[in-house]
Amino acid sequence: MTKMTKIPVHLDINGHHHDLQLEPRVTLLDALRDRLGLTGTKKGCDHGQCGACTVHVDGERVLACLTLAAQAEGRTITTIEGLAREGELHPVQAAFLKQDAFQCGYCTPGQIMSAVACIREGHAGSDDEIREYMAGNLCRCGAYPHIVAAVRQAALEVAS
Amino acid sequence: MTLELSFNQQPGHLRQGSSIGQPLTRRDGFLKVTGAARYAADNHPPGTLYAVLAVASIARGRVASLDVEAAKAHSGVVEVMTPRNRPALATDPDAKDHPFMFRLDLLQNDQVRYPNQSIAVVIAETLEAATEGAALLSPRYEALPARVGLDGAKSFVPRGVGVGNPAVQEKGDVEAGLKSAKTRIEASYETPAQYHNAMEPHAIVAAWDGDRLSIDTPSQGLAMAQGRIAGLFGIPPQNVHIRSPFLGGGFGSKGMISGPQVLGILAARLVGRPVKLVLRREQMFGPVGHRAPTRQTLRMGMDGEGRLTAIDHRAKTASSTFDDFFEPAADASHTLYASPAIATSHEAVRLDTGTPLFMRAPGEATGSIALESAIDEAAHACGMDPLEFRLKNYAEVEPMTGKPFSSKALRECYSQAAKAFGWASRPLQPRLMRDADGFLTGWGLGTATFPALMFQAEARAVLRADGSGLMETGAQDMGQGAWTAFAQIAADGLGLDIDQVDFRAGSSDLPNAGIAGGSGHTATAGMAIHNAGAAVIARLADLATGNEASPLFGAGNEGVVARGGRLYRRDDENRSESYGEILTRAGLIEIEGHGTGAPDPAFQEAYAKHAHGAVFAEVKVDPDFGQIRVTRLVGAFAAGRVINPRLVRSQYYGGMIWGVSFALHEEAITDRRSGRIQNANLAEYHVPVNADVPSVEAILVHEDDPYVNALGIKGVGEIGVTGTAGAVANAVWHATGVRPRRFPIRIEDLLG
Repeated sequence: MTKMTKIPVHLDINGHHHDLQLEPRVTLLDALRDRLGLTGTKKGCDHGQCGACTVHVDGERVLACLTLAAQAEGRTITTIEGLAREGELHPVQAAFLKQDAFQCGYCTPGQIMSAVACIREGHAGSDDEIREYMAGNLCRCGAYPHIVAAVRQAALEVAS
Repeated sequence: MTLELSFNQQPGHLRQGSSIGQPLTRRDGFLKVTGAARYAADNHPPGTLYAVLAVASIARGRVASLDVEAAKAHSGVVEVMTPRNRPALATDPDAKDHPFMFRLDLLQNDQVRYPNQSIAVVIAETLEAATEGAALLSPRYEALPARVGLDGAKSFVPRGVGVGNPAVQEKGDVEAGLKSAKTRIEASYETPAQYHNAMEPHAIVAAWDGDRLSIDTPSQGLAMAQGRIAGLFGIPPQNVHIRSPFLGGGFGSKGMISGPQVLGILAARLVGRPVKLVLRREQMFGPVGHRAPTRQTLRMGMDGEGRLTAIDHRAKTASSTFDDFFEPAADASHTLYASPAIATSHEAVRLDTGTPLFMRAPGEATGSIALESAIDEAAHACGMDPLEFRLKNYAEVEPMTGKPFSSKALRECYSQAAKAFGWASRPLQPRLMRDADGFLTGWGLGTATFPALMFQAEARAVLRADGSGLMETGAQDMGQGAWTAFAQIAADGLGLDIDQVDFRAGSSDLPNAGIAGGSGHTATAGMAIHNAGAAVIARLADLATGNEASPLFGAGNEGVVARGGRLYRRDDENRSESYGEILTRAGLIEIEGHGTGAPDPAFQEAYAKHAHGAVFAEVKVDPDFGQIRVTRLVGAFAAGRVINPRLVRSQYYGGMIWGVSFALHEEAITDRRSGRIQNANLAEYHVPVNADVPSVEAILVHEDDPYVNALGIKGVGEIGVTGTAGAVANAVWHATGVRPRRFPIRIEDLLG
């Protein structure tokens, strides 16, 4: 029988520390979803092509399906579950709700994580810039016009 | 899911009497923006094992061997399910009792009849182990040549197309009409195979308890799925409990239970533990349906004033070798343009592909892009503006049947969208507009239409002595907004504020809400909710008006009106009583009422019922490189009563973006040698990204329809695809002077 050795992996997620024993091949996405019950982060393609699994690692947007869990050790991970503070929605979450920037909701956690980073990066200066810098997150329902509106609204709120 | 949805949505509720028509934010929105909405694969009952499919890498032949031992030897692998040890089924998965019972591939033998067909299931303690185990199976095949493409097999006329429409239909004498015409056009168009590619891959978590089965899986039709599963396993339907509170998109691919979902149930049966099976993206290109390719030829004749004398619309399409679904593309010509003679016909071939299925606007989308392109060609041949030509051939009655329309505000759609777009300044000839950067600019128009369908649904309403209400129906929310729109109809029907209504849906143990498809869910389940509300209010009114102690005594059932949790006398609104007072006096904790939603056969027979719209598109084309960008889209749609304009606008946008995708992006490419799909992933199967989508405007045109149903609802989920695809194609012609003949339009088609 082929044996897979497990290694200790320490992850800092949404301000909580987790000590895990994982096979080295486990991705950050599968660690979040299957080991830690953080199922808000979605798997749409498992190939880094759709953006549904977008999370923040040290504040930057990262595709959790293309990141091994072990690579994220010692870094600060934020998922959709860690965005709202004390029940108060993050301005991007509130803007998505208000602008109806989603339909089925499956790509939404990834869109929101991407949008938070997009604004932080300074890439939400115009509608065209938002479209370009949100182009890595597919939405099959076609909520794009409302996603642009939500990012625009949230960018203004974050700036003020 | 009731618990999940007890998160109450914040502010924003407008309380102006009826909640119908209010732009409420989604009642499931808080869950969706916080990641708390639970989709099928997010469930994880204790002891769950992971199942991964092994799928065929040939298109036709048989599996000669699988290295089951190698897979089993991998650490963590618990079992490998193949045709040898797959648990028995009560029904042959190849049996077909009715046209919508699709044949399933459930490891019934070693045959391969399309690429990506399931050939084994590996079950393991972890996803990683199951994935590796599936790779270790290293299948060997005896392969046969694949039958590929619309010319790849012998053609025949199917017995029926779509939902059983006749494959060949004719009104009047088309050949005579063409002969008498002053101007004639003939044009052919090809549309590709497309795959639904909902963002959520098909997933199932299945757990058996004796002969009872508990399932989390996305379903657009819970009762149908329940019945199909019960039939396959030989257990009573009530033993199958399916939860589907949220679908991560469906678009038709989750309408029927698919083979892989049933394999998840079989795997759970085999190992005696809960099993989670999620399709890998590439595995969605085969066993879960697709939009079949078409080749369509249209002939049209016009008299000296630009009036159509004949429309002949022929479509060739493809189904699988083992089952029937025929894309009813030519039927698009039945409803839009007046002509004394119309003929539509379909032929088909059988290919080594998974069975095609309904995909958002099945038939309407494929037919629309061809019809709208041909109408544009006909207008140009007559030297007429495309809008003027469409108005000249405006159908006052349904062309194919002669029936009056139950309502049709298409003229208003044309005029409002044309005005918003600025159509009046469009030059008639192509290739005359350039923008400041030198890009060729073109404007195109397409007419949108989709039938106003209704199916069968039931709902149960309860009023409680504490003044609250409950509405139950097993409705499915795949993103269209069922949780919100139905709660609005429920609140309206119960005469309660929406926050006083507990709305339950998305579970097979609730009354059958029918299918979320055909753009008919809001009308069908909405009418069931409306009628259930009316039934329980009638019971309440009986209690009040028949009791001397009530201020409503003697008013009669028709003499009271329900509003804000109280019954009022119609002739004296100073006399009223709360629901709680009425029930408490009667010594009741709660009362209930039931309602059904179904089409009225008399109106069905008497009227043609369709939603309509007009879509205007602007494209810019690089004159040197042929790259096409859609820069503006304006649509106006009339689809009866709008329950929630915020949700409806999102539906129109989504449909219009699908139209852009149809014209410019989507195509599954099959390798002619192997029969395999070469771009079975989201990088190479192109769907629009945010940067592909321009400024979009959707105008909601007011339309009252007294005939479709008591609420006046048509449906908005699919119409946006139609019209838009043709509008983009026509704009490309207007920009370049090159008429697109195949879709998606490619750069090389323009450089030709």
